[in-house]
Amino acid sequence: MSCCAGSLPAQLAAEQILNKENQLVQELRAQSRLLTDGSALYTVSIPAIHCGQCISTIERRLAQVEGIKSARANLSLKRATITLADGTQSPLKFVQALENAGFAVHTLDDETIISGDPEFKNLVRSLAVAGFATANIMLLSVAVWSGAGPATTEVFHYLSSIIAVPTVAYSGRPFFHSAAAALKHRRVNMDVPISLGVILATAMSLYESFLGGGHAYFDAAVSLLFFLLIGRTLDHLMRSKARDAVGRLARLSAKGGLVVLADGSLSYLPIEGIHPGMIVRVVAGERVPVDGIVFDGVSDVDRALVTGESAPTVVTKGSSLEAGILNLTGSIDIEVVREAKDSFLAEVLQMMQAAENGHGQYVRLADRVAKLYAPFVHVVALASFLGWMGATSGNWHEAITVAISVLIITCPCALGLAVPVAHVIAASRLSSIGVLMKDGSALERLAEIDSVAFDKTGTLTSNQATIGMNEIPSGKLSRIAKALALRSIHPAAQSLAGGISEQPYVGIKLLHEIPGFGVEGYVDGRLARLGRQSWASEVAANGQRQLAGGGLGFAWSRSSLYHVQLNEELRVGARETVQAFTDAQISNIILSGDSAIAVAKVAAIVGIVSVKFGLRPGDKLAYLKTQADLGRKALMVGDGLNDAPALAAAHVSMAPASASDTGRMAADFVFTSDNLMSVYNAYNIACRTQSIVKQNFGLAIAYNLLAVPLAVAGALNPLIAAIAMSSSSILVVGNSMRLYLAGRTDEKRSQSQSPIIVPNIWKKAA
Amino acid sequence: MTSLVVLIPVALGLGILGLAAFFWSLTSDQYDDLDGAAARILEADDIISPSSQS
Repeated sequence: MSCCAGSLPAQLAAEQILNKENQLVQELRAQSRLLTDGSALYTVSIPAIHCGQCISTIERRLAQVEGIKSARANLSLKRATITLADGTQSPLKFVQALENAGFAVHTLDDETIISGDPEFKNLVRSLAVAGFATANIMLLSVAVWSGAGPATTEVFHYLSSIIAVPTVAYSGRPFFHSAAAALKHRRVNMDVPISLGVILATAMSLYESFLGGGHAYFDAAVSLLFFLLIGRTLDHLMRSKARDAVGRLARLSAKGGLVVLADGSLSYLPIEGIHPGMIVRVVAGERVPVDGIVFDGVSDVDRALVTGESAPTVVTKGSSLEAGILNLTGSIDIEVVREAKDSFLAEVLQMMQAAENGHGQYVRLADRVAKLYAPFVHVVALASFLGWMGATSGNWHEAITVAISVLIITCPCALGLAVPVAHVIAASRLSSIGVLMKDGSALERLAEIDSVAFDKTGTLTSNQATIGMNEIPSGKLSRIAKALALRSIHPAAQSLAGGISEQPYVGIKLLHEIPGFGVEGYVDGRLARLGRQSWASEVAANGQRQLAGGGLGFAWSRSSLYHVQLNEELRVGARETVQAFTDAQISNIILSGDSAIAVAKVAAIVGIVSVKFGLRPGDKLAYLKTQADLGRKALMVGDGLNDAPALAAAHVSMAPASASDTGRMAADFVFTSDNLMSVYNAYNIACRTQSIVKQNFGLAIAYNLLAVPLAVAGALNPLIAAIAMSSSSILVVGNSMRLYLAGRTDEKRSQSQSPIIVPNIWKKAA
Repeated sequence: MTSLVVLIPVALGLGILGLAAFFWSLTSDQYDDLDGAAARILEADDIISPSSQS
């Protein structure tokens, strides 16, 4: 809400800035790291960095600030690292310097992001080593394949083993760890046959090189690791990119509050330091940090993200407020009734975590394939070992060589690439339509859905209201109304201000906002009011005339009362999305916390028949749980705090970027576009990806059907193994690339560019 | 044959040199801000940090 600070009364704005600064400085301090020489390292998020010019502006400005040892801006991550020479110094100075330069400073969301991504660096190192080894061993192997003499072959095998053994030990770790973890839990994943194949191939090649002088499969073992590491690194890159992007979205929930002390002074305390019985001041434009009861003051509050109610409500002394509610118009003091850890927010978070635990049971497609594939491969290897033992009447060496070559050729190189490559390409397709994906399994789950549950407020509707009927005559009256409306951050007033194109009237005296009623001011000595109809009509000439529909009222003393009707606006593409899902034989339902009338109106316009209204967070969760028990796979699309447990419990979930933090954290996908159609487009991409992944598995298995008989027959040699493995991998990657080419054009775009209006929904408003 | 005795160690040595250079660049955080590095090269002057002024 900082963008609106300019339109707030001066003292409110000042109070808000003080609060913000306190909060930022405290949080930055908590995240900073003290270095051994007494300096402190701060890493801050600066979302506004977007070009090279920004980097130099930031670094130049910071260079002029006293006490800064070094400062470096990072364009890719949109953050800056700043070292203060004296660790005890306040970061306020550089925060102000940055804000004066036009760069808002935010704290980072996640502690782990600050310390970098060690797992990724580890993967890249493993990949580099495997790449180096593959290139060199391949060069040596080519000489062997093209008929080098026995002496040269022997030397080249020794050289290869010197390169291969450390490489397998170093670059194989990601696979060995994961395979060991899976075996520990008595499961089989794709890494088990991979690890087994690589280790056995290396061991047999060592034995052959030093004792037997036969075939060496070092090239196969190392190139397998190289290909698989490419897949794994891409997969990791994709996930960390999505996590970063989600983490960069501005945070909404308060991390602390302004506590009113016994002597009347204000002190900013972190959320853990706020206890029941304390009085917390919440200024206009801030979110309520903890659950409480209004102790003093009147204001309008926006519960949209907490309960799903679309219209703001008035609160006075005694009204109870839940953490996360946005205070709109007046400064209020609330008496804290619960610790932050027992608050409504915490309750929702617990529900969400409980729901997520159930989610962990989903088995990814690759692991389901591995479950069948691994035993099959091991049985074939064992059978060929026994078969050869019988056929060669007990020749151990011959039988083991064949069994191991079966394991090498079936090592799931293409299977390991089948999923990550397709998912990486799908992720880039998704991000081009403004959808961020948190992990690959979500894509698999999205392709399986058979029903969609929409939240109403903020999901099917946009959070912005628009003006329906406006009686205010254009000219001076209209300009006065705009000036009054600009004074408030109440959504109704903001919509009105946005809807009047004329310049605001300058020269209103004693302009102020009366929380719960509206804005008033004197023009030419006559009182003008904008707000609640009954309140505005007090100054109007024609007395108590009220319009049945409700809405805003405006009057300039002795003028008549003018009505402004407010409408809730549907999100662009809402109707098309519902239609598209219906066409795809997927059922739609609305789960809303709002009133029956409000929900019914939206449902009728978007064309959804099944509707549930007045739901509490637990009710939404319960509904999705019963659906899941019935074996139905639901996609939940929602934004609010009240949707968070449902988002976590649903088979798969999506949230708009405007959602509450909790909602965004719970959802598998976040869409940044205003158009709801991106939900359907994401579903479309997920389906296409799923079919590509299945084709990839098919290709990989077909290759095995060709190669396994060769190995079982004992006809495999390192050259055939190398060609078969590389070609199957290339085939799978090439097939995945088709995701880029196919379907670029058939993404459905919303046809109607003009938004659809739900008439007169803000009955209670203003 | 004798040429191989020289050439293979040379080839491997160069490869290891490249690998070592990559590891060094990775540990010195040169891949942390690829977009930034691309943009910085277009800036006219090096930005003077306060520590180098003092």
